[in-house]
Amino acid sequence: MSERENILGRIREALQTRAPFPGSHGETVAPVSAGSPASHAREWLPSVGASIEEQFDLFARNAADLKADFQLFASREELKTGLLKLRDAEKWTRVASHGGTLTDFACQALGLPAMLTDRGYDVQEMEKCDAGISECDALIAQTGGVAVTSRSAGGRALSVLPPHHVVLARREQLVADLPAAFELLRQKYAPDYPSMISFITGPSRTGDIERILVLGAHGPKKLTIMVF
Amino acid sequence: MTVTLFIPCFVDALYPRAGISMVEILERLGHQVVCPEEIACCGQPPFNSGYHPEARTIAAPVLEKLADAEAVVIGSGSCGAMVKKFYPELFAGTRHADLAKQVASRTWEFSDFLVNKLGVTDLGAKFPHKVTFHDGCHGLRELGIQKQPRVLLANVNGLELVEMPEVSCCGFGGTFAAKFPMISSAMGEVKCAAAAETGAEYIVSSDSSCLMHIQGLLSRQGKPTKTISLAEVLNTR
Amino acid sequence: MSTSVSEFKTRAAEKTGDLRLRQFIRTALRGYETARDRRKGAFQSWESARQAAAETKWEAVNHLDTHLESLVARLEARGTKVHWASTGEQAREIIAQILRDKKARSIIKSKAMTSEEIHLNHALEKEGFTVVESDLGEFIVQLRHEAPYHIVFPSMHLTRDEIRDLFQKELGDAPSNTPEDLTMVARRVMRQKYIAADVGFTGANFAIAETGMISITENEGNARLTAALPKTMVTLLGIEKVLPRFADLALFLPMLATAGAGQPMTCYNTMYSGPRQAGECDGPEEWHVVLLDNRRTELLADAEQRDALHCIRCGACLNVCPIFRNVGGHTYGTTYSGPVGSVITPHLRGLQEWKHLSNASSLCGACTEACPVKIDLHHHLLQNRRNASAAEPAFFERLAYQIFGILANEPKFWWLAKKLGWLTQPLHGAVKGSAIDPAKAWTKTRDLPPMPMETFKDWWRNRK
Repeated sequence: MSERENILGRIREALQTRAPFPGSHGETVAPVSAGSPASHAREWLPSVGASIEEQFDLFARNAADLKADFQLFASREELKTGLLKLRDAEKWTRVASHGGTLTDFACQALGLPAMLTDRGYDVQEMEKCDAGISECDALIAQTGGVAVTSRSAGGRALSVLPPHHVVLARREQLVADLPAAFELLRQKYAPDYPSMISFITGPSRTGDIERILVLGAHGPKKLTIMVF
Repeated sequence: MTVTLFIPCFVDALYPRAGISMVEILERLGHQVVCPEEIACCGQPPFNSGYHPEARTIAAPVLEKLADAEAVVIGSGSCGAMVKKFYPELFAGTRHADLAKQVASRTWEFSDFLVNKLGVTDLGAKFPHKVTFHDGCHGLRELGIQKQPRVLLANVNGLELVEMPEVSCCGFGGTFAAKFPMISSAMGEVKCAAAAETGAEYIVSSDSSCLMHIQGLLSRQGKPTKTISLAEVLNTR
Repeated sequence: MSTSVSEFKTRAAEKTGDLRLRQFIRTALRGYETARDRRKGAFQSWESARQAAAETKWEAVNHLDTHLESLVARLEARGTKVHWASTGEQAREIIAQILRDKKARSIIKSKAMTSEEIHLNHALEKEGFTVVESDLGEFIVQLRHEAPYHIVFPSMHLTRDEIRDLFQKELGDAPSNTPEDLTMVARRVMRQKYIAADVGFTGANFAIAETGMISITENEGNARLTAALPKTMVTLLGIEKVLPRFADLALFLPMLATAGAGQPMTCYNTMYSGPRQAGECDGPEEWHVVLLDNRRTELLADAEQRDALHCIRCGACLNVCPIFRNVGGHTYGTTYSGPVGSVITPHLRGLQEWKHLSNASSLCGACTEACPVKIDLHHHLLQNRRNASAAEPAFFERLAYQIFGILANEPKFWWLAKKLGWLTQPLHGAVKGSAIDPAKAWTKTRDLPPMPMETFKDWWRNRK
């Protein structure tokens, strides 16, 4: 017999006996929902506010808490100004990016050599870029983070290898909460999901030395989210 | 009401004042108190060590003696949890299974009984001291008793209650204290330090066993903080 | 006495005597508690979320066979190679064989407790492979040749000075003792290792049956890089990691972050559903997923404690446990320490040899209260005690309880015992705390209360 059959056989045998329903020490607990408990998650997760304005405020507060830099612009032209400011302040000389409506616009505006990942790239070269500029699938008000995929954001490495990750997005990409983000991803991709989906919530961090927060542990030290 | 008062073994032998206070309080409230003299112990030590047959040997006669009680009141959260939560488990599948459930449903920890059964929150006590309250873990987490003692203490004249910065176990844990004395003592030291942070003169608790552990450490270290049972505080005039 | 219990007691005595370390750990975990409480408070209902998480895990674990089949079918459909391992040994051999086939030399690893469980690094190093832990805390303990102190915070027992000295000695690079500088040293060292590594190795936090995905939670970005750069990726996961639906993560990701680290959401939560797909620009060409049983099915067979397989390894029970706080992670001598480790180790490694971990608890229940998936942890410790005593009762302990039972059931004997205690009390003073003190386990650090002459029952009888 294969190990697969051995393991599945042991599992089936073990499951002949029924386990008590969850709840501490036999106390009777009313199930919180039938079928899919997670479908009610919205009622228990942190509240997000009803209006778009409230949700953008929340996104801004959460992003600030995470030490991400969130910039909201009134137009694409303003976004361009913001990008140039960033380029000059950080003295970028080379960026990595990928093909996309917003990224193409940004690369053009920056006027810098840009390494595009779309048709393969050299890792050492990407490592030397000052910033990785990508699009995303969603901004999530509830967490102050973004969802990216290997398809929407230039592959797996672009959003983590360069020292600064710049996310470009449109206002309409804001979703209220995590359940909405998962629903959006499902509708957009299922069943052919990109091989990587990542929820990025703030710049890379660690607290492994005396529980003191340090940014840029392995991934980017800076995360800038630019939305118009 | 006739109240059957179950005085735990260590309260009987070591802290009679706590038991006497419970009797006096209940009688002052107009209830008839009976104390079955033949009951010595709830059987928790063997139960907690995993010796269920030996625990049943002790617990079965207890159950039988409590069978007709109108209300059983236990002067300890720990022994209360034993009767209320663990007897039904200990006797599941035995001829005492139903009785265990019945008795459990009529059993109350002392402070819970005063507040939630009798609806009494002010006993006219007077204790002009700064105190902190230690929650025995069994009372707190098995029986969910947290507000009751605090409501009662809030109505004691002159008493100032200061909460400790963290809710933590005192480290007693029954036989644990003897099997792993180094860990038990370390936990107790943390508890004593937390109590010291409050600047309280007294550590009050519903559980005399926890207080025995805390007082044991305090005395050994020559610390001035004193311990006293909740019932004794409530019985002051 | 088994070696593991005597070693446990020796280490516990040593660690409880280290007041500096105890204070250091306590301060760190108090900081955690404050952050966690703030994040829990942001939930509209943390309690309902807990119940829902417990129900979801219950559903997953109690239909484990169908969920695993669904997971594997979907993984394989996208080109992932799935392997099944009944034992740690099999898993090690499967992984070593993948490395041999790939003619790999260096492996970059992101944090995986499952790999600690099967002692993977040791086995691979013995075969001549270079294994580098990329998570900062894991990297630090790897340099020290020791096991992680805590399943989530591997190096929480070390001060910045100790880490500076370690980096100076092992890497020849430690500009200062600030966490910032030290982290940047590790970042520099690791960067080139990611790029040079032949194989990236990861663990997993969740596996999604519905969509065939592995979900990895991390803060540093090391797992992201591990899964992005090397040509071959290997993931080891325990079979209990399954969740039924993709959308379940909307609940589990924030709960794991909140319970585990007091964060609203961990920095990177990443779902992988295959190796690099057509049209994608990077990612591994090959992905191997190794499913590990290693006696999890034995725990599954214990319906009473099956919920221990709900564990999402958040570490919340360790963080609140007064035993863990005072003896520390290494004292346990197990891969999984703290309350959940004490519950599951007897199942994974033998009840009689590891029952002392279930005894080394005051049963305070702080763990059960903290568990985000409602594992009945402290009651499982009691059940382990019951199972151990029923299978192999300790002769003298049982005898003591039998005698205790006779005393307790006969009021005259009980009265006599109390009176004897009172009478012999003055004699105890002479031996108190000494080697011949029968109560020395107590009196070494604590005083005994004075026994009054009149017990409660004396008073009760006299007043009638």
